[in-house]
Formats: sequence, C-alpha cells, structure tokens
Amino acid sequence: MDISLSNVEYRYQAGTPFERLAIQDVTIDIPSGTYLALIGHTGSGKSTVLQHLNALLQPTLGSVKIGDREVKANEKNKNLRAIRQRVGIVFQFPEHQLFEETVEKDIIFGPMNFGVSENAAKERARVALKQVGLGEEILEKSPFDLSGGQMRRIAIAGVLAMNPDVIVLDEPTAGLDPRGRKEIMDMFYNLHKERNLSTILVTHSMEDAARYADQIVIMQQGRVAKRGTPEEIFSAPEDLVQMGLDVPEVVRFQLKLEEKTGLNLGKIYLSIDELTAAVTKRLGGGVRT
Amino acid sequence: MMEKMIFGRYVPAESVMHRMDPRAKLIIIFLFVCIIFLANNWFTYALIGIYTFIMLGMSRVPFKFLFGGLKPILWLVLFTFLLQLFFTKEGALVWSWGPVKIYEEGIRMGLFISLRFFFLILMTSLLTLTTTPIEITDGLETLLNPLKKVKFPVHEMALMMSISLRFIPTLMQETDKIMKAQIARGVEFASGPVKERIKAVIPLLIPLFVSSFKRAEELAVAMEARGYRGGEGRTKYRQLSWRMVDTLQLVALALLTVLLILLRA
Repeated sequence: MDISLSNVEYRYQAGTPFERLAIQDVTIDIPSGTYLALIGHTGSGKSTVLQHLNALLQPTLGSVKIGDREVKANEKNKNLRAIRQRVGIVFQFPEHQLFEETVEKDIIFGPMNFGVSENAAKERARVALKQVGLGEEILEKSPFDLSGGQMRRIAIAGVLAMNPDVIVLDEPTAGLDPRGRKEIMDMFYNLHKERNLSTILVTHSMEDAARYADQIVIMQQGRVAKRGTPEEIFSAPEDLVQMGLDVPEVVRFQLKLEEKTGLNLGKIYLSIDELTAAVTKRLGGGVRT
Repeated sequence: MMEKMIFGRYVPAESVMHRMDPRAKLIIIFLFVCIIFLANNWFTYALIGIYTFIMLGMSRVPFKFLFGGLKPILWLVLFTFLLQLFFTKEGALVWSWGPVKIYEEGIRMGLFISLRFFFLILMTSLLTLTTTPIEITDGLETLLNPLKKVKFPVHEMALMMSISLRFIPTLMQETDKIMKAQIARGVEFASGPVKERIKAVIPLLIPLFVSSFKRAEELAVAMEARGYRGGEGRTKYRQLSWRMVDTLQLVALALLTVLLILLRA
C-alpha cells in the first residue's frame, strides 16, 4: 500500500497562546514495499510525521494519502479505523500499552477490534508469537510477570497480529541489550523481505539505517532536509556532520583509511564485509583464512 | 476546551503580583474569601469589585486570556443567578407569568451572589496564575509550620502536593501516548456507542496505573538513594522573603475590611 505525504504542516494546539509548529512542507513518498528510515534529532518532527502515517494526527495544511484514502487538512474524516488496520504502529516503549490479564488476550485485542473472529485471532497470535521469537507456553501468563524484553516482544506481536500492510516502527529497540536489539531488527527486516511489508523505521541509529533501509529521509527542524538511498546519504558525510548527525562506524573507518593511506575506493561501503572485500581486492590479495 | 482553562495554570510574567511572597498571597486570598461575605449592598460590592480589578491589573495577566478562560464557569454563575431569581420570595413583585413569580429581592440577591461568585473565582485564579506550584507549596508549608506542634505532618503533606503537581504534565503526556497506541490498535475513544466508549477506558487506565505505580517506586528509590530523610534539618534553596509590598498589600486588605464594615447595610 502506497503512502504519500504532500506539503504536510502540523501545529500543536493550533489557535491558542501555546501553539507550536512541529513540521512544515513535508513531502514524502513511500511506495509499497519500501524500507524507509526516518532519522533526525530529538524534536526534528520525526514522531509527528509518524503519527500522520495512520491518521492519528490530521495535518493542519496539506494532505496525506494512505492507500486509496486521503486525509486532508480542515476536513472531517470518518471511519479512520480501516486505515489503522492496514498501518500498524509500534510506538516507543510499546510494552507500556499492555493491559490484559494474559498475553494471549493482549495479542488478540488488536485483531478483534478490527472484527477478526476470536479463533482466527488466536491463530494469528500463535503465528505472531513465533515471529517475535517466543514460545507458546507464554500465552497464558500475565504480561506483567514477564521481563522487559519479553514484554516488548509481546507488544510487537500484538501489532503484527493485526496483519498490517505497512508497519511503522518508532525506535523499536530503545533500551534493549545489543543482542535483543539485533534480533528484533533482523526480525523486522525478514518480515519486510518475506511479506514485502512496507516498513518505516524512526531511529537515532545510523548503523540500523545503513544496514536495513533502502531509502533514508533526514528531518531537521520540522522539514525534510535530505532524502536518498543509504549510499547517497552517507557518501556526503560532511552534510550529516553539519546537521549534527552521526556517520556509521564503517563509513567513518573507510573515510579515515582513505585519508591516511591515500587509497581511493571510489564508493562508500555500508557493511564491514563489503569494505573488507573491497580493500583486499584493491591491495591485490585474497582473504587469508 | 481544556486548552483554554485557566484553573491551576501559571502564566509567567514580570509583575508585582508575581514577585509577591506566596505566603502573603495565600493569606490575602484566604482573608478575601472571608471578607467578601461582609458585602451586602451595592456600595460594598462595588468596593470589592474595584479591589479585585486593581489586583488583576497588577498581575499583568492579559484580561482577554482571563475572561476567555472564565467562559466555562459562566454557566455555573448563570445557574446560581437563576436559582436566586426564581426562589427568593421577598420584596415587591416585579413580574409574574403563571406560577413563575419574580420579586425585587430575587433580582438583587441573584446579582449579588453572581458577583460574589465571579470575584471569588477571579481572585483565586489570580493566585495560581501568578504563583508557581512550587511557590504555593513552599508558602503553604511555612504557613502551616505551627501545626507541627500537634504532630500534623506538614512537610510530608507539602511534599505530596509538590510531587502531584510535578507529575500532572508527565501524566498528561503518558495518557496521550497510550491513547494513541490503543487507537492504533483499533480502539475508538471519541465515537461509537456509549457502552463501547466506556469499555475503551480500560485499555487506557490500566497501563496508566501500572506506569504510575512504577514511577512512584522509582521516585522513592531515587529519593532514598540521595539520602532523603524527611523534613528534619532540611535547608531550602528557595528562600521566601517578606518584603514591603507584602506588608502594604495586607494593609490594603485591612483598609478594605474596615471600609466594608463601615459601609455595609
């Protein structure tokens, strides 16, 4: 399902003395099947953009097209539920949204709100649980007896069980240990590959953006500052540094290497393996094993 | 509507009222609430009105903002007025229509009580509009200090008050966040049948309770870790200072009281 934002502006508490402009003139196209990373500083408007993707916020100017529905400024929008079923959002610290007595009830809460029958929802719960890497024995437990990492996975399973066409992730791995972090990011990546699920990832981590995304949008002060493939974005590291953003470690290493040795590899490599291969090739050797 | 509410909202500004000692403000508001009952004729109500507007003027809070925020209260004032109007049966009959009879005294009482209501709300809002919550708590704590003699937990109460005030915005943010997360999972808070909407509150309230308890525990641990031992021997960073203005304000109020006593019917 395609999503496109055109010239979206959003003001919080519009028309009061506390009015605040969060984003302006944001135009982003997200064709079906894209893995898009949205990066930027705290307060750059990432989260505001994210909430427009399933009509949680209505733009104060401009319009958002989600599939065949269009959400415009200054228009009453009815029956937004249909949109929300197709665009699942995993919020930051999603474990805060758990409330049911058992894990199973919490996972089927979303699907059942969208009219899926109980049996079908339970079936989906089992599938989703497997996807997030948990066993079925957990289904009857209370979500509040689980560890933080498990709670996070349950909450994610609750969104996956809605079978969305687009999944929006807001820093899904904040506060997890490095292993859990990688497991969850890999899981989303596999889902994206297997089901051709459009994925929008809001993140601070340039490493994740470089590794998984095929499009990157950089937000700055409520506007889209830059957009491109990871190669395009990271081959101009000066721009990133100027915006106060990080460059992935691999890229930083390659730049230092080129500067120190005078070697010019001709393009930017985004993974250690690729970089190693390129360097060895240039040096005329093979990989020693 | 919530955005326009003025209750409990602090409006930062540079003014005499903002700089006053919170103790003085608390005493003045308390006494004002008492002496407003001395007024019982046009003269005395006019005096109170003049006093209220002088105080409001000194606070430099924009009048438009003040009265805009009072709109929701106007209904309550109107209701009180109508109640007095229809149920006071004294004085000359002014107007009647079947069983509905309006007496002279009814109009008078209705107007007086509405005015009293109005001035009370303005003056009490003035306190929160010009005093930060932390100042109010500090002021209250010092004013209530003598009660320690009778083992009243003054410090604990003040602490409770400042903690709850401090966490109101946090809780609002949290509510907003969880609401959005549940809307994204298909909950409808704003539409649908009433029964469904009441049911929709559960997925909102439970996570809120859970996080509040968690936060309370974390806060308690953080306080203990930093050596919190209650109010005993505790010094303060914010010192309250009683100045000339504060004394003058009290004197002004005393004068108003004397005038009210002399001029009341």
